[in-house]
Amino acid sequence: MTHWIIAPIVLPALLAPFIVLAARYHIGIQRAFSVAGVIALIAIASGLAWQTSDGSIVLYQLSDWAAPFGIVLVGDRLSTMMVLLTAVLALFVLLYAIGSGWDARGWHFHALFQFQLMGIMGAFLTGDLFNLFVFFEVLLIASYGLMIHAGGNARLRAGVQYVLFNLIGSTLFLFALGSIYAETGTLNMADLANRVAMIGPEDTVGIRVAAVLLLLVFAIKAALVPLHFWLPSSYAEAPAPVAALFAIMTKVGAYAIIRVYTMIFPPELEVTAGLHEYWLLPAAMLSLAIGMVGVLAAKRLDRLVAFSIIGSMGMVMVSIALFTPVGIAAALYYIIHSTLAGAALFLIADLVRTGRADMELTAQPPVAGSALTAGLFFVGAIAMAGLPPLSGFLGKLLVLDAAYDTDLVVWIWAIVLGSSLIGIIGFARAGSVLFWKAHSIEVPDDATPMPRPAALSYVAVGGLIALLVGHTVFAGQVHGYATTIAGQLFAPAPYISTVVDTPGKLSKPKEDH
Amino acid sequence: MELLVASAIGILTAGGLYLMLRLRTFPVIMGMSLLTYAVNVFLFASGRLTVGAPPILRDDVSVYTDPLPQALVLTAIVISFGMTAVVVMIGLGAYLGSDDDHVDDQPETLDDTADITAEGGS
Repeated sequence: MTHWIIAPIVLPALLAPFIVLAARYHIGIQRAFSVAGVIALIAIASGLAWQTSDGSIVLYQLSDWAAPFGIVLVGDRLSTMMVLLTAVLALFVLLYAIGSGWDARGWHFHALFQFQLMGIMGAFLTGDLFNLFVFFEVLLIASYGLMIHAGGNARLRAGVQYVLFNLIGSTLFLFALGSIYAETGTLNMADLANRVAMIGPEDTVGIRVAAVLLLLVFAIKAALVPLHFWLPSSYAEAPAPVAALFAIMTKVGAYAIIRVYTMIFPPELEVTAGLHEYWLLPAAMLSLAIGMVGVLAAKRLDRLVAFSIIGSMGMVMVSIALFTPVGIAAALYYIIHSTLAGAALFLIADLVRTGRADMELTAQPPVAGSALTAGLFFVGAIAMAGLPPLSGFLGKLLVLDAAYDTDLVVWIWAIVLGSSLIGIIGFARAGSVLFWKAHSIEVPDDATPMPRPAALSYVAVGGLIALLVGHTVFAGQVHGYATTIAGQLFAPAPYISTVVDTPGKLSKPKEDH
Repeated sequence: MELLVASAIGILTAGGLYLMLRLRTFPVIMGMSLLTYAVNVFLFASGRLTVGAPPILRDDVSVYTDPLPQALVLTAIVISFGMTAVVVMIGLGAYLGSDDDHVDDQPETLDDTADITAEGGS
C-alpha cells in the first residue's frame, strides 16, 4: 500500500495553514508556495492517473482499518482523471489570480484556495459516502470564503444566498445518509453496492427515498434545473478566478452521480428503476434549454457565462442520464471540455471587466487591449457554444451519437441542436455588442484610459485555450480513455472486491497464518 | 418512544422548512438551525433507538447501541455549528453593507448594487 493517493488531500491541507500562519503578510511567499503546491499536485495527480490507467484499483485504508469499518480512499480511472483535471485547472486559475492581482484584494486567498482544492480532491478520491459529505463541507466552507473574497455588497448578498442554498443541500445530504444507514447499516460505497443489491423487492421504501434524496443533493451541486437557482448570481458575483475554479465544483456533483448511480444504484437495479429516464433525463434536457435561453437573455457578461455553465451541465447530465457506457464516455469527454471552456470564459469576462469598468452588455468605448481579448472571447464562445472546430462540437456529436439508440432520440436531438442554436445567437450577440459596436461609440476626450490586463492573465487564459485545442486535437485518445473509464464503471466487481476484501488491522487472519 | 422521536423530528423539520421559506435572513437562519437539529436527531434514530445501552464494549453487557450514528452526529453537529456561524457573519455583513436583510434578489435595488460591485471590484 503506497501513500501517494492521500497526497492530493494532505498536501493542500498542510500548505493552507502554513500559508495562513507563516506567510500571512507576505503575498510573494504565499504566491510562491501556492503555485509550487499546485505544480506538485499536478505531478502527483499525473502519477496516480498513470498508475490506474491500466485498470488497477488503488486502495488506501486510513490507519489500516479495513472497509467498511474504516474510511477508505479509492483511486480508479475516473477519480484519478478528475483529480488531474482539477489540478491542471487550479494551476491556470491560480496564475490568473496572481496576474490580475485578485489574490491581493482580500485576505487569505491562497489558503482558502488550497483548502478548496483539498475538499475537491477528497470528494473525488473517497470511497465512503459520509466522508464524501465531509469533503463536500470542506470544499463548501472554503468556497464561502473565496466567494466573498474582496467583499462588496452585491457579493455579500449573493454570498448569503449561496451559503444558505448549500446549507439546505448539506442538510438534505445528511437526511439521505441517515436513511441509507437505517436501511443498510453501512456507508461504504462498495459495501453499500453489495447490500443494496440484496434488498428484496417488497421492502424498498426507505432505500428508494434515500436514492432520490441523494440524487437531489448531487443535482443541487450539479446545478440541474430546477435546483439551479443558486448558480447564476453566485458565480456572476464571485471574483473571476474563484468562479473559474467553481467550474469544477458543478462537476463534483456530476462525478458523484456517475459514481453512486453506476455502483450503488446501477441502472438495472429494480429498486430505483425509472429514476434516470423519467426524472434525471427530462431535468437535464430542461437545464440545457434554460441555460442556453439564459445565455441569450443575459444582460451582463458574467451572468451569460454562468448560464452557459448551466447549459453545459445540462448537456453533461443528458449524456449521463442515458446510463449506457457510450453515454458516460461522451459525458466524461464533455466534462473535461466544459470545465476548461467555462473556466476560460469566466477569466475572459474578467479581462473584459478590467478594461471596461462593468459587465453590462451595452455598447461602450472599446475595451483596453480589445483585439486580444476579443480573439480569446471568440475562441471561448466557439468552444462553449459547440461550433466546429473545437472540442465542444466533438463533445456534442458524441452526446448525439450516444442518444441515437434511445427511445427519446427525437427529443434529445431537438433540444441539443435547438439549444445550441440559441446559445450561438446569445454568444454572437454578446460578442458583437462588446467588441464591434464599441468602435461606433465616441470616446470622450477627458476619459481616463482603462488599464490593460496584465500579461500573466493572458498567459493563464491562453493556457486554458491551448488545453481546449489539445482536447480537440487528441480527441480520439481522450475519448478512447473515456470509453475505458466507462467500461470500468459498468463492471464494478473489481472495485467492490478490492475495497471489501482487502484485510486490515484486526481483520480475521487468513488461512495461511 | 418511537412516536416521540419521530414527531419531534417531524415538527422540527416542518418548523424549519416554514421559517426557511421566509424572505429575511434571521428567520431563514433560525429555520436552518431547526432543520439541522432535526437531521441530527434523525441521524441518531438511524441506528435504531436503544435506551440505556452502552455504545462501546464492556463486560457483562449483551445489549449495545449502535456507536456509528453517534460519531456521525458529532461530525454533523460540528459542521452545522461552524456553517451557521459563517452564514450569520456573511448575513450580518450583507445587512450592514446594504441596509437590507432580504435573502431574495430585490429588483429595484439591482441597478445600484451592480454599480457598487463594479467600483469595488475594479
